[in-house]
Amino acid sequence: MRKKWSELALAVSALAFSAAAYAVPPSAAMLSNACGGCHGTNGISAGPSMPSLAGQSKVFFVDAMKKFKSGERNGTVMSRLAKGYSDEQIVAMADFFAKQKPQPQSTPVDPVLVAKGKAIYDNACKRCHLENGKEFEDDTPVVAGQWLKYLQIQTDDFNTGKRKMSEKKLERVKSLSGADWEAVAHFYASQK
Amino acid sequence: MTMERRNFLKLLGAGAGAATLGLAGCATQAKYTGARKVVVIGGGYGGTIAAKYIRMMDPSVEVTLIERNDHFVSCPFSNLYIGGLMQDLSTLTIKYDKLAANYGIKVVQAEVSGIDAAGHSVTTSKGDFKYDRLVVSPGIEFRTDEIKGYDPEIMPHAWKAGPQTVLLRKQLEAMKPGGTVILSIPLAPFRCPPGPYERTSMIAMYLKQHKPGSKIIVLDANPDIVSKKGLFLKGWKKHYEGIVDYRPAKKVTEVDTRKMTVMIEGIEEVKGDVINVIPPQKAGQIAHAAGLVGDDKRWCPVNPTTFESTKHKDIHVIGDSSIAGAMPKSGYSANSEAKVCAANIVAMMNGREVTDMSAVNTCYSFLSAKEAVSVTGVYQVNKEKNVIEAAPGSVGVSPDLSELEAVYAESWIRNILIEMST
Repeated sequence: MRKKWSELALAVSALAFSAAAYAVPPSAAMLSNACGGCHGTNGISAGPSMPSLAGQSKVFFVDAMKKFKSGERNGTVMSRLAKGYSDEQIVAMADFFAKQKPQPQSTPVDPVLVAKGKAIYDNACKRCHLENGKEFEDDTPVVAGQWLKYLQIQTDDFNTGKRKMSEKKLERVKSLSGADWEAVAHFYASQK
Repeated sequence: MTMERRNFLKLLGAGAGAATLGLAGCATQAKYTGARKVVVIGGGYGGTIAAKYIRMMDPSVEVTLIERNDHFVSCPFSNLYIGGLMQDLSTLTIKYDKLAANYGIKVVQAEVSGIDAAGHSVTTSKGDFKYDRLVVSPGIEFRTDEIKGYDPEIMPHAWKAGPQTVLLRKQLEAMKPGGTVILSIPLAPFRCPPGPYERTSMIAMYLKQHKPGSKIIVLDANPDIVSKKGLFLKGWKKHYEGIVDYRPAKKVTEVDTRKMTVMIEGIEEVKGDVINVIPPQKAGQIAHAAGLVGDDKRWCPVNPTTFESTKHKDIHVIGDSSIAGAMPKSGYSANSEAKVCAANIVAMMNGREVTDMSAVNTCYSFLSAKEAVSVTGVYQVNKEKNVIEAAPGSVGVSPDLSELEAVYAESWIRNILIEMST
C-alpha cells in the first residue's frame, strides 16, 4: 500500500528548494510536531475528545486531511488548519505519524455496551475494520484504543449524517440506531 | 570546551556568522565536540517544550531549565476559574519533576539576574550556568509606568496566572450585587489577543448568575475588539445583554486606588467596585536586562527560522517576548515556536542545515459555560520579506458559538499541559 510516487515527489521538491534557499523545506518532524499541542507529543493524545495520530494509517490520514481541506468532511479547527498545508506536506505528516508507536487509551467503558458493540462489529464492521479495529487497510483507520469521547463524537456524526460515509459503509450500517452507534464506540474504546 | 569553541569561532572571523546560519561548509567545521550545553530560561508554554524537544531530538545535548517557581500556572483557561467554572487552579498547574525525569532535563529553581552574552553564561541566585546556546522564554512584563498610581494588589491584572487570578476572583465574590466591574484592556500587542474578551464573557457570566443587577464596563484602549470580534459580540448579545458595556478607544492612563476610579487620558473618570487593570506589556525583564529587545524598546527581534536573537548570537527568544511576525502572542504559539527553535538548535549544533519553520496556533475562548470559539493559523516564513506569515486559508475563526468546540477546548488544555509536564 506504499505510495512510492508521493515519496519520490517529496524528494524531488526537497532538492528544488534546497538549491534556492539556505534552509531545507520543513521536515516531516517539523510539520508534525506542530500538531502535538492538541494531539499530544508524537501524536499520542491525552485529551478525551482528541484522536491519537500515532500509528494511524497513512492513506487514511492523507484522505482525512484532504477532506478537511476541501470541506468534504466537517471539521472545526481542522477545516481551517488543513488548508495551510500542501498535498506533499500532508503526505510527509502522514508518514511521520504512521511511524509513531501507538499507545491505546484506558477509558472507562460500559461492559454491556462493549458486548453489544462487539456483536454489531462482527455483523457490520469487521470486513473493513480488521482485527477489532486494531489494523488498518487502505483508507480504513485504526479505531481501536481511541478515546471514548472522540469515538462518540464521530459515531454520532455518522448517525446524524454530519460525517459522510462511503457507499460501501452506508450500505452496511444503514440499519444502525443511535444506541447501536454508541455501543460500537464503547467496543472500539475497549480494545487495547 | 566553550572557550575552545569561542576561540575557534573568533579565528573564523566573518565565517562565524555564516556558521550560525547553518551553511553546510562552515557549520561542519564548527561542529561541536564533547558535552554541549543548552540553558533554557522560563518554565512556561515555551521553555518547557524547548527543553523537552531538544532532549528528544538529541539526547547528547545537556539541557538545564531555569525557572523561578517550582510550578507553573496556565493563563489559558484561567478565565474559567475567574468565572467560577473551576474550583481552584490545580488542573491548570504543572510541576517539573516528570518532565525532568522523563527527558533528563536538569531543572533549577532560581532567579536569573543577568546574561553574559559574550561569556555565554547566565547568572542566577544559584550560581552561574555556562551555555553553548541559550533559549529565553520569559513571557511578559508590564509597562506599569504608563498607568499612574497602579497597584496590582488593589486592582489586579490577573494576566500572569496564580495569586493574581485568585485575588480577582475573591474580589468578584466579595462584591455587592448591583456592583460595577471595570476591565481595562491595553493597546495591542499584548499576551493572548482574545483573552480580555473571554474574560469579559466569563465575568459577565459570573455576574449574571451570582450578582444580580451588576455590570462590567470594558475600557478598551484599542479602536475595536482585537480578536474574534463578531463572535464575542454575538455571545454578549445572546447571553449578557445589559451586563457587558463595551467601550472602544478608552485608554486608561491613571488610577486612584483609594477612590476606586480609573482615568481615561486625563479627561474621563470611571468608578468601579472591582477594577481589573491589564497594563500595557513588553518582553520579560531578563530580555531587557540582557539587551535582547529591539528599537521599539519592548519586544525581541529574532531570525524567523531559528528564533535566534538578532541582537546577540547563540541566544534564542521564543514565546510572548519575541517578535514572531503574524503569530499571535499565545500559549500555543509559544509551544509551536519552541519546537521550531529546538529543531534548528539541534540542527546547528550538529552541523546540519536548518529547516524551514512550520508552526501552528490554535486558541479557544469560552463565551459561556458550554460554548467556545476558536482561532487557528498555520505559519511559515515569507523568504522575500524574511518574516513569519500565515499560510493562505489557514487563518480563521469559528463560524458560530459551538458546544463541540468547548469539548475540544477541554482536550486542548489537557494535551498541551501534559505535553509540557511529562
